[in-house]
Amino acid sequence: MATLKILVVDDEPGIRSGVSRILRDFKADFPFIDEPIGYEIHEAESGEEAIEIILKHNPEIILLDNKLPGIQGIEVLEWIKKNNIDTLVVMITSYASLELAVKATRDGAHDFVPKPFTPQELRASIENSSKHVFLRKMTQQMHKEGKQIRFQFLTVLSHELKAPLNAIEGYLQIMQEKQLGEEISAYDKVIDRSLERITGMRNLILDMLDLTRLESGKTVQKKEMVVLNDIARNAIDIMRPYAIQKDVDVYLNASKRISYLAYPDEMEIIFNNLISNAVKYNIQGGRVDCMIREEDSTIEITVSDTGIGMNEEGIENIFHDFYRIKNQETRKVSGSGLGLSILKKTVELYEGNVDVSSVPGKGTTFTVKLKK
Amino acid sequence: MKKTVLIVDDDLDYLYQMQLKVQGFGFDVVTAEGQQDAERIIETFKPDLAIVDLMMENEDSGFILAYKLKRKYPDVPIIIATAVTAETGMTFDVRSEQDRQWIKADLFLDKGLRADQLHREINKLLKI
Repeated sequence: MATLKILVVDDEPGIRSGVSRILRDFKADFPFIDEPIGYEIHEAESGEEAIEIILKHNPEIILLDNKLPGIQGIEVLEWIKKNNIDTLVVMITSYASLELAVKATRDGAHDFVPKPFTPQELRASIENSSKHVFLRKMTQQMHKEGKQIRFQFLTVLSHELKAPLNAIEGYLQIMQEKQLGEEISAYDKVIDRSLERITGMRNLILDMLDLTRLESGKTVQKKEMVVLNDIARNAIDIMRPYAIQKDVDVYLNASKRISYLAYPDEMEIIFNNLISNAVKYNIQGGRVDCMIREEDSTIEITVSDTGIGMNEEGIENIFHDFYRIKNQETRKVSGSGLGLSILKKTVELYEGNVDVSSVPGKGTTFTVKLKK
Repeated sequence: MKKTVLIVDDDLDYLYQMQLKVQGFGFDVVTAEGQQDAERIIETFKPDLAIVDLMMENEDSGFILAYKLKRKYPDVPIIIATAVTAETGMTFDVRSEQDRQWIKADLFLDKGLRADQLHREINKLLKI
């Protein structure tokens, strides 16, 4: 059984023994923990003694009276804050003035228990505090294991998924309220935009799946000799309809067929991302050149476009999750903001690297090197 | 004469939906797709009211645009529309005198506001 240490700081012996009695056989249980939590009680009759015990026993929870013979409870709280003691403080006060409550909360008090308290009140507060201690430990653990980043990623992801939902919901309401009249053709734009947002959302989810697969390191396929020319050709074909629409010409330059031992789907990720970006962020009537070259120890893939380019800030951030360059030229281009992050992670699986050079208004060149 | 509302938002879908709503109330609408676009428009055009998104090119684009609008047209009421409340739990309000000094908006509204509520707020600001 897990045990939490509780320190009771009160100058009244009756309170201290009362707390001990109430919590002695109490166990807190939560659906998310394996075993119930029991308690080990320590007692202090002054603030000074409390500090000694805190240093010696590191209690997870402190029940702190404010009115003490020597230093006041609030000063103990200040000391805890100043010394970065990892503990959770519950103030026990007979009269909690607003001023004191505000100050105590600012100094990190977690909860207040009024004095006199019933056994139920005390248990409820301890239960709540225990949950908090447990979650705090979990978060610290996550920090250590780097899972916090994952959490931030999910926060941004949920925002990115919510935005299209809001837009589509808005459009459906317009239709439901027949804001544009009875004629269905009046709703063409409303329907087009809804479908576009759904496409964007689907692409985001597909990118997410790519990313998850990369990060879990699992792949169902086997490495095989992949002809990169074919993969490139295929990626160009996928973008063809969009390229025609934008009047962008896409050229593939390779002096010979180049084979490379790789997972085919990962090579697809690389070419699809590079080529779709080069077309999407191009100008009307622009051009894309994809080059594949084989060196002694590397494969070099270069994709250049005559597109809108980007500035230093863009180049610096372009490989970060969800980063998207926002300006007048990019506003109508849809994208998840994950493509290049996925590209980079994929390239790194092949002990490779990806470089980017760009001139705003002129174009961008991505160079991917993969180790043979 | 019909009053004209300037709507500024970098989310094209929200901009269009808002435009339909406000046109439905019987106003003329001019739209701008961001802070820069809006600044260009107000150089030569004075709306009767402006509805401005808070986070556009930058997180404070709405504040800056509202400031510039008020400097040029002190009598044009400004509504700052924001999804911030829903997303961060933070709330804004411009009721206190202190806030009014630096936030040059007459009203903060949540983007999820119902059409009839929005209509009422606009009428109130236009004193209709």
